[in-house]
Amino acid sequence: MKSPTPAPYSYSGAGARPSLLYEVRKVLKYQSELNPEFGKDVAQKAHGENLFECIQCGTCSGTCPVSHYMDYTPRRIIAMVRSGFEEEVLASSTIWLCASCYQCTVDCPQQIKITDIMYALKQKAIARHLYPSKFPIPIMAEEFYKNVAKNGRNSEGTLMINMARRTSIFNLFKYTRLGMKLFTTGRMALSEEGVENKAQLRTLLRGVEKAEEEAR
Amino acid sequence: MKYLYYPGCSLKSTGKPYEESLKAVFAALNVPLEELKDWNCCGATAYMAVDEVKSFALSARNLALAEKQGEPAANGHVQFVAPCSACYALSLKTQHYLDENEDIRKMVERGLKEASLTYEGKVDVRHPLDVLVNDVGLEKIKEAVKSPLGNKVACYYGCQIVRPYATFDDQARPTSLDKLMEAIGATPVEWAMKTRCCGGTLVGTIREVGFRLNYLILKEAERKGADTLATTCPLCQFGLECFQPDVNKSWQANFHTPVVYFTQLLGLALGIPEKKLGMQRLFVPYKKAQIGG
Repeated sequence: MKSPTPAPYSYSGAGARPSLLYEVRKVLKYQSELNPEFGKDVAQKAHGENLFECIQCGTCSGTCPVSHYMDYTPRRIIAMVRSGFEEEVLASSTIWLCASCYQCTVDCPQQIKITDIMYALKQKAIARHLYPSKFPIPIMAEEFYKNVAKNGRNSEGTLMINMARRTSIFNLFKYTRLGMKLFTTGRMALSEEGVENKAQLRTLLRGVEKAEEEAR
Repeated sequence: MKYLYYPGCSLKSTGKPYEESLKAVFAALNVPLEELKDWNCCGATAYMAVDEVKSFALSARNLALAEKQGEPAANGHVQFVAPCSACYALSLKTQHYLDENEDIRKMVERGLKEASLTYEGKVDVRHPLDVLVNDVGLEKIKEAVKSPLGNKVACYYGCQIVRPYATFDDQARPTSLDKLMEAIGATPVEWAMKTRCCGGTLVGTIREVGFRLNYLILKEAERKGADTLATTCPLCQFGLECFQPDVNKSWQANFHTPVVYFTQLLGLALGIPEKKLGMQRLFVPYKKAQIGG
């Protein structure tokens, strides 16, 4: 699927502004560029076939504590998912700003599991590396995932170092004071935590992975 | 019957005072509590963002280990106590999805089988607040109080203790923590932020957004005249307390609000020494208020 290419335009002199026509063309998307299967696909992944019963009432957007920071509100995301705006949805900040408080899910008059839809979208965006570059939330998710898959438990120190490595090393300095304070109050260990029976954990996750692959 | 304690990663690190106070309070009230052996991380919100079924498998391992280790209660189910709201919500979510979705159940069962584990669904996932209020009971707690607290407390439940699954309290307006605080002499303030999201890990990722959510909770508590915030979740406590200087800076505020685990407050009222409750580990020191003072 290709994204729309804006038509070239020419300046007619210093300070000239792009024409309104250009602005409109830039955001135009043709139906042929949409992915008609996207909605069904997401609904299935999120176990929410009732996604198509959304009445676009906006309760989710109104009740969401972070909707005003999102590039598309949850209501818009649902509409876009249904219509097949795959790339826009997967590259949006919305899915990552969702902190899983489940307020929309419990308030939705159509009982749509919106939080689970957000999770399905996050999984798709991670699998295709379609998230804003250096955006710390998906990077944290990936590092957390690796940490837990390997050790069975999360270690905050390792997580912070790996995140700083992948976002900005200056982030480490931001947390120096906090880290020291946590350490001196005995609220952060520097050792790497883990389960004893790592073999069992690995076998479990590998078994699930095989089953997932077969189901695909 | 013993309650099986599933600490999760937070109660072993940033949430250490929660673990210390929880153990001390259960011991003082003669409620047997035993740690789940070789528990693993629940996956929290981050693991779920990468792989859903594996995230359920992680929780299923804990539930399977619990079934093996625990002694069942009168209802035939092992009582699995998860104090961290993320662990609590995810363990419940796993149970629901294993019950309701055949595809997921089959995939998770395959993994469990290969790892020589079995899970038959005979586990009740409980929050310690639920155990204290509904199993131990407020009457017994009232009788055990040695030094009632006079604080005005804003009871902050956080999101995942009632959402998406509310098992022991009202989903929109929970009251168990308010009742518990009353039972130990404190005065809960009436406020609308009880289950408003604190943003969780957003304080460490998209900080501005996290700070705003935390600011709103701290500000509303202050406006309602609360001198202490009582929390039930290690992530809420971490954000609201440890990031208070950052919240102050970004919102030109001046909060010095103690953010204390409900088990710490209960422990103080039961006359347990402060050190045993991890009070010395708080960044913003708690001040006991005299009744009527």
